[in-house]
Amino acid sequence: MVRASSVEIRKVNKFYGPFHALKDIDMSIEPGKVTCLIGPSGSGKSTLLRCVNFLEEYNSGEILIDGELIGYETAGGKKMSSRRLREMRRTIGMVFQQFNLWPHMTALQNVAEGLIRVRGMARAEAETRAADALEKVGLGDRMGNHPSRLSGGQQQRVAIARAIAMEPRLMLFDEPTSALDPELVGEVLTVMKALAAEGMTMVVVTHEMGFAAHVADQVAFMEQGELVAVDAPANILHHPEDPRIQSFLRTYHERNSF
Amino acid sequence: MFSWTTFGDSFIPLLWAARFTVLVSGLGILLGLVIGALICAAALSPMKPLRLFAALWVSFLRGVPLLVQLLLVYFLLPVIGINVPALVAAVVTVAICASAYISEIWRGAINALPRGQTEAAKAIGMAPLPQWTRIILPQAVTMSLPALINELILLVKASSLVSVVGIMEITRASQAQAATTFRPLEVYLAAACIYLAINLCLAGVGRWLEHRMAV
Repeated sequence: MVRASSVEIRKVNKFYGPFHALKDIDMSIEPGKVTCLIGPSGSGKSTLLRCVNFLEEYNSGEILIDGELIGYETAGGKKMSSRRLREMRRTIGMVFQQFNLWPHMTALQNVAEGLIRVRGMARAEAETRAADALEKVGLGDRMGNHPSRLSGGQQQRVAIARAIAMEPRLMLFDEPTSALDPELVGEVLTVMKALAAEGMTMVVVTHEMGFAAHVADQVAFMEQGELVAVDAPANILHHPEDPRIQSFLRTYHERNSF
Repeated sequence: MFSWTTFGDSFIPLLWAARFTVLVSGLGILLGLVIGALICAAALSPMKPLRLFAALWVSFLRGVPLLVQLLLVYFLLPVIGINVPALVAAVVTVAICASAYISEIWRGAINALPRGQTEAAKAIGMAPLPQWTRIILPQAVTMSLPALINELILLVKASSLVSVVGIMEITRASQAQAATTFRPLEVYLAAACIYLAINLCLAGVGRWLEHRMAV
């Protein structure tokens, strides 16, 4: 079992100029639980996710990781030092829609880089650990390949290995399968399910309703910067009360039926 | 009649003069890379005065012909009491002029990197210095290589301009040679061959480097 973090989001607001991107978001994520963020595009799911590791700055409210405020010294106060922010980010893994692997490095180097530069590990030790992480995502035979020589699904699995090699206590997934060909989605979801089974706290922005239904402990529905509902997957996906969720799911089903 | 003997004989003094062409353009680009990196850093800096300085530097040096810059430096330095050999003045001027173009080449390459590259580094808690040395610069340098080789080739050709401050590089030497032999065609053709040979070598080295650094 991994040591897992809790996340507490309280009254978070985010503006892009006059545009109100996140409106008073409140959400609790317990250690070891999987939360899926769903909703139409532009609803603020990714923005909220990116606020959790402060890649995106929120303007008010607070986000606490294991009870510790991220991004600011005090709620509404001045920003925390960049050194402290880096320390907090070391325990938060993130996987991006576009993988964001470093193209000039092999799969192994991509995973080992953080261990060497951030954790200060010796190269040999880092590479052993990177190799273990790549084995874990089923890419033990692809370690010497550059990203351009890997399929999208393999690239995303390298990206997951890069994050888990750092031994995070919380994993953030920003639409991890949206850039993949449909036949490659499964291999990434399998790795994510295994991670969830280990007890990792996960926050996943996704359009994979199947994953949300089967793996998530709670599903949060967002629309136009508002958190419309947070509930057990069945209550959101099968018996939604809010008309906005009903309409979103109707569109989803229409598009996925033939 | 075309004189093959004059053509062949011209190579000796012209190749000897080529050392200045190589020196001026070689040192010019090396120094230009260093100054260009500093100007690029200023242009990307969060501090507004630095950005303004970089913008002025680039627009002045790109906007004034190298020939005029050479003459300005050559005649200006003695006025403000600095006496340096013509060669030093020429190298510095060429380097400063090149730095304007090089800084823009690098700024373009750095800006062309997807934001996700540094976000991935930030997300694992990487400090700014390794973000630059391990993620941004290796990719930006590779991307900028074709443009840098282009700039170097332009510089080799532009180095003929330093003849105006009395440096006996290939062009100046061929003028002298043409005047003594009364065979301008043969002499200038020999000069053209030498420039072409230098630049073909540079292009070859550039292609080899690109190939080596490609991923």
